[in-house]
Amino acid sequence: MFAESPLNVRNKRIENLFRILFLMMTILLIIPVVVILATLIAKGGSIISIDFLFTDPTNGMTAGGIFPALLGTVWIVAVALLASVPLGVAAAIYLNEYAGDNWFTRIIQLAIINLAGVPSIVHALFGVGAFVIFFGFGTSILAAGLTLAIMTLPVVIVSTRESLRAVPQAFREACWNMGATRWQTIRRVVLPNAVSGILTGVILEVSRTAGETAPIMFTGAAFFLPFLPQSVFDQTMALSLHLFVVATQVPGVPENLPFGVALVLIAMVLLMNSISIAFRMYLRGKKKW
Amino acid sequence: MVDMSINLAAADMMMASLAQGPVKLGVTDLNISYGGIPALRDVNLTVKEHEIFSIIGPANAGKTSFLKALNRMDTFNTNMKVAGEILFNGLNVRNLKNIYALRSRIGVVFPLPVGLPLTIYENVALSPRLRGINKTSDLDVIVERCLTRAALWDEVKDRLDSLGSLLSGGQQQRLTIARALSQEPDLLMLDEFSIAVDPVTTMRIENVLKELKQDMTIILVTNLVQQARRLADRTAFFLEGECVEVGKTEDLFTGAVKDQRTRDYVEGKFG
Amino acid sequence: MSEIDSLRASMTTDFDSRNMDWYIDKIVQFLVFIAGISAIVFIIGIFAFITLEGFGFLLEDFSFREFFLSPFWEPSDEDAPEYGILALVAGTASVTGLAMIVAIPFSLGAAIFIGEFATGKLRESLKVLVELLAAIPSVVWGFIGLSIMNPLIIDLFDVPVGLNVLNAGIILGLMAAPIMTSIAEDALKAVPDRYREAAEALGATRWQVIYKTVLPAAKNGLLGAVLLGMGRGFGETMAVLMATGHAVNIPDSLFDPVRALTATIAAELGETAVGAPHYQALFTIGIFLFIITFLINLTADLIVRGIRKG
Repeated sequence: MFAESPLNVRNKRIENLFRILFLMMTILLIIPVVVILATLIAKGGSIISIDFLFTDPTNGMTAGGIFPALLGTVWIVAVALLASVPLGVAAAIYLNEYAGDNWFTRIIQLAIINLAGVPSIVHALFGVGAFVIFFGFGTSILAAGLTLAIMTLPVVIVSTRESLRAVPQAFREACWNMGATRWQTIRRVVLPNAVSGILTGVILEVSRTAGETAPIMFTGAAFFLPFLPQSVFDQTMALSLHLFVVATQVPGVPENLPFGVALVLIAMVLLMNSISIAFRMYLRGKKKW
Repeated sequence: MVDMSINLAAADMMMASLAQGPVKLGVTDLNISYGGIPALRDVNLTVKEHEIFSIIGPANAGKTSFLKALNRMDTFNTNMKVAGEILFNGLNVRNLKNIYALRSRIGVVFPLPVGLPLTIYENVALSPRLRGINKTSDLDVIVERCLTRAALWDEVKDRLDSLGSLLSGGQQQRLTIARALSQEPDLLMLDEFSIAVDPVTTMRIENVLKELKQDMTIILVTNLVQQARRLADRTAFFLEGECVEVGKTEDLFTGAVKDQRTRDYVEGKFG
Repeated sequence: MSEIDSLRASMTTDFDSRNMDWYIDKIVQFLVFIAGISAIVFIIGIFAFITLEGFGFLLEDFSFREFFLSPFWEPSDEDAPEYGILALVAGTASVTGLAMIVAIPFSLGAAIFIGEFATGKLRESLKVLVELLAAIPSVVWGFIGLSIMNPLIIDLFDVPVGLNVLNAGIILGLMAAPIMTSIAEDALKAVPDRYREAAEALGATRWQVIYKTVLPAAKNGLLGAVLLGMGRGFGETMAVLMATGHAVNIPDSLFDPVRALTATIAAELGETAVGAPHYQALFTIGIFLFIITFLINLTADLIVRGIRKG
């Protein structure tokens, strides 16, 4: 066999050094989060119970549960999804199935990147200017949901486009050759094979939407409301804003309360993400062609 | 009014060849280019009803481009430019109001079989569904008839619910043919269908084509000259974007050719 | 019937007519086109609406000198309100800068490890972890700054208050890192394998391959990742609102509390009357934020697109 030259030995050593260095960096990136999660569980776990989830806050939000906030988040997320999923899927269909490779498409892509990159507080300002004032929705679930819908539209567009792109072109051509219109091809062959990928993106969007705070602060979410919302034109409490409120705005809150709220919020978001990731992996393992 | 004058012009042109049977397809001065680079130059030919018309020639002869121009697949490729006149059933395919209807009349089979990621049943039922046939009993009849004619029914009749895209290559090619037949086409175009298919399946498909000739016109693009000889009534020889000659298949193979290049190709001196 | 008549009869073709499916196709094409351009409409709409709301301020009270150069943000002073964002810019810059110092080496290191060293299950699990990290909501990060980092900083450095540049910078760094990691890893993945194979065929070790071949080839993508991470940090709101200490201040040290541009809007918009100069001034900050992030995203896009073309 070949004898290891001193140079080779040195190179190997350098390589191992860097391997370990980068591994440490990766671990250091992850450790704080593990510590944080552990702390949240340690300090907030004690308060979590069925009652906590399903009762109203009491004593000026220093006791009781988080039910109105949880329900409000569900309302806002539902409105946001109803608006952004059809629009985002349609936009992705346009980009992947109709648009050519030209400057106009590039401008659309740039707009999508920017929509994702504009600070959330600027989306909030837009929501106030457009939905609350201009369209006259007032501070309402509708205004908050629509603001979040526009903010998370890129998530739907990008993930839908990815899954449309994964459908081989030969299938489309086979359909076109049979006399199917573009839309018939999309509806009968492309979409059915992309729908699970789209769903993965939608779940991801749910998680994004549920965690956002700044865009809903002035458009529809309230610090405290003594009643549950009856329609999309009502204000509501929301879980993310509730965490901000009990952590910073209410005096005399027992320590485990905000930790409990944070734990519920993070569990909700991570659960959604995990479902989305697991779903994606399951799909990757399933062969259809 | 424009369409009418085209019809009359077409009628004049077709009168000449009427003696040998009605014309299905008339191609006049067809030119195709991709991004300015010509792929097919000044092609003139006619295809008659109920014949198997084969196009032979080596790679890059422009055979596939010819098929794409016939069913207007250039609408999906902005790079592809087509000039000239193609009359299908007497209508110029370049000024149709509804090119989807044109394509639904033309069945196409590709070199590489494409089983759609639908069940075998839905692969064949798709075209009828697109035409608005949705009754299960009607679809059952169509699916069985098309799969039988494509010589695939016996192999798949017990698993019509499995995915068409997961069949073997030879089966997928017959599924593709069944799907094309489900369109009830006037014209069936096959583009080197045997490339990814075993010899036994090739023979079975060839036998199917001989039967189908009773009901439709068939254009068979092939790089196997013997396949053209076995099947085709008339044959065109394409070479490097040029239609070198068109003639009765038996003439081409018995040496009655007008162009030396045709003889050389048929005899296997190149290609 | 004569022969020409029978030919004509066969040519009176019934197939070339527009049916319902043809019209549906056209309508759908129109609808998805509208959806496709909606992103452009929204971007223009965002700019238009925040400009509309901030317009009054821009016309009347706005002074370029005061707005950008005064360190005094005193909009609620009844006699002489002052609208200077210099301190707020300093707050945002110091926190974002520290965040980048924290995040860039770690996320690039992690991206290299995940993309180039790790294989199989390890790689998949690390990618999932990074993805989960990126999903933690900003208000939770803010809460962590407030409730975990704050006492920790007080203990470790013996300072009276732990809500400051250091706290917010680390929090923001942890937030930006997973995003930068996954974009940087995409950039490394975009380097074709034949580059690596060619270098390995010459006998280079893996690190030499990375250092001499992969990193130079992925340079633009990595720069794009850094810029996008920066844009994210710059525009972050809830975390900096909760972890900076929220005091208008040009910081001298890591332990000074500061206030960020975004946090100012979040904290004050609820207290102002619609149409008041203060309200309009907050929208003017929004215009400023919009323009800066737009430029960052545009630059990142141009840089990343550069490698795709080359």
